[in-house]
Amino acid sequence: MIRYEYGGDEFVFVELAEEMSLEANFRGMAITRKLRERQLPGILDICPSNASYMIRVDPDQLHPDALIAELKNLEESVSLDDFEISARLVDVPVLFEDPWTHEALMRFRERHQDPNSTDLEYAARINGFKSKGELIEAITGFPYLVSMVGFVPGLPWCYQMVPREQQIEVPKYVRPRTFTPERAFGFGGAFAVIYPVQGAGGYQLFGIAAAPIYDREQRLPDFKDAITFPKQGDIFRYRGITMDEYESIRKQVEDGTFRYLTKEITFTPDEVTENPQRFSENVLGRLYE
Amino acid sequence: MIHVLNPGLQTTVQDQGRIGYYEIGMPPSGAMDKYSYTIANLLVGNDENAAALEITYMGPTLEFRENTVIAVTGGEIPPKINGKPIPMWETVSVASGDQLSFDFVKQGARVYLAVAGGVDVPAIMESRSTYTLCGIGGFEGRALQQGDELRVGPVARESVRVGTRVPDALIPQFAKSHEIRVVIGLCSYRLTAESKQSFLSQEWTVTPEANRVGYRFKGERLGFVPREQPFGAGSNPSNVVDLGYPIGSIQVPDGVEPIALLNDAVTGGGYATIATVISADLNRMAQIKSNEKVRFVSVTLEEALQARSEVKDRIAHIKQAIAENGR
Repeated sequence: MIRYEYGGDEFVFVELAEEMSLEANFRGMAITRKLRERQLPGILDICPSNASYMIRVDPDQLHPDALIAELKNLEESVSLDDFEISARLVDVPVLFEDPWTHEALMRFRERHQDPNSTDLEYAARINGFKSKGELIEAITGFPYLVSMVGFVPGLPWCYQMVPREQQIEVPKYVRPRTFTPERAFGFGGAFAVIYPVQGAGGYQLFGIAAAPIYDREQRLPDFKDAITFPKQGDIFRYRGITMDEYESIRKQVEDGTFRYLTKEITFTPDEVTENPQRFSENVLGRLYE
Repeated sequence: MIHVLNPGLQTTVQDQGRIGYYEIGMPPSGAMDKYSYTIANLLVGNDENAAALEITYMGPTLEFRENTVIAVTGGEIPPKINGKPIPMWETVSVASGDQLSFDFVKQGARVYLAVAGGVDVPAIMESRSTYTLCGIGGFEGRALQQGDELRVGPVARESVRVGTRVPDALIPQFAKSHEIRVVIGLCSYRLTAESKQSFLSQEWTVTPEANRVGYRFKGERLGFVPREQPFGAGSNPSNVVDLGYPIGSIQVPDGVEPIALLNDAVTGGGYATIATVISADLNRMAQIKSNEKVRFVSVTLEEALQARSEVKDRIAHIKQAIAENGR
């Protein structure tokens, strides 16, 4: 059941589904794209999210009920059959079990479900993996759809493109940390994230991304047009790296020469949902061809 | 030029906000009490979106290095020029060398200082508002510090006669207990019927965690409808699949201590949102202090829109009065 809800007098929130799925995410993408094309006066923000979306309106120009009527029309008229996504495939290097996030997670042990394990050990155990290594393999073996951007500028929620039974799922911390290092790689619910800036956070901490996803000064070439890198619809592959490669990437970032390895891709939701495994394999082949 | 002799507790440059970037996770920032902020600008003849200073709890000491006109509005943190009280909600002239300081807060939490021409800082993503968490906008992306030199824009849009005053009836008063109107909705289906009732019937106490990011409230615990958590949501009954948070939305992590998200808040996350503060009352939220009491009152969308248009009417009325008597 789709829920259309008022967020006070300036927001309309639409919950497409209570549970996460690629289908719900693609549906939200398709509806919000159509809405954007209509260029209705009075719309201030269009925020597609994981299994829902949210619109900010100026109610003096567009009554929330008129917007909801429009959204219900779109819901009926939008079909995923003719919906194509043009996005980037991106290689995202991550150093797992790095000293910086390790220091942070050890500091907040008493806020965690299992104070006697690290976040990675705990997540491996509750997801039925024999070792941390196996969990890292599962995380890095298949790519992720950037299904939502937000929280703070540029944070990507990433949903792995594998069948449901293969999805990794972890709880958030019992009580959120007050500190998370910049670029920390975390996992919560069924989502992988990179924290763009230092701050509070409740996701399990597994590692650290070598390159930024937020660049306020726009020094790096990937940030020429925007201070944030991830966009909804992008496909990220998290690749485990060594400390040597980490340091070499950090140096390129400092020099201002780092660029993400990216490829353009156009795909349809069907290609993904019919056989996520095959789609993932094709995507990785293409990224590193 | 304005020279900062003492920055006060937290003084930031703000305008109407950085609108249109919510999608990338950028909150709007901007003046928290937009009614008071807008009127301060009108009293000095500025554009309604000119950058002004938002002053919190304890005011700064500022020295003007040019002759200009200013206006102070908002909660009552009594302003003084060279130690002598000056009126709030009124166009006031200052001379180069004058020092503006503030007494202790009497009511409310925030005041706005507008200066003719506006505070001249670079616009970042079309706004001069400060977003301190990411160091964006305002004066070097942060609250003011001792020794800062603020430039003032060259000219106000119009000149307003010194002594022009907002009619008393249009000056808001702030008590220590507050009724804040909300529209129930979003994921309110997650709360039990008793907890929905309890959310609206109990008197909440504002905790010390009350700032530009949000306000946290203490009271009785709220309960969620039991369910098998949907895939991807996380295990706590207050968790949902991560979604967008409206400005003013209220969430109750683990059922304990509701949080109302405000101008500098996170734009999304995985906690069920249950209600949203109406736009007219976001102005009043900005004037609430820690330890004060709040009751949430449920209103319909039409009532929220009515309240919104009443705020607009009051501002239009003041604009009219300034046009007639302030020139």
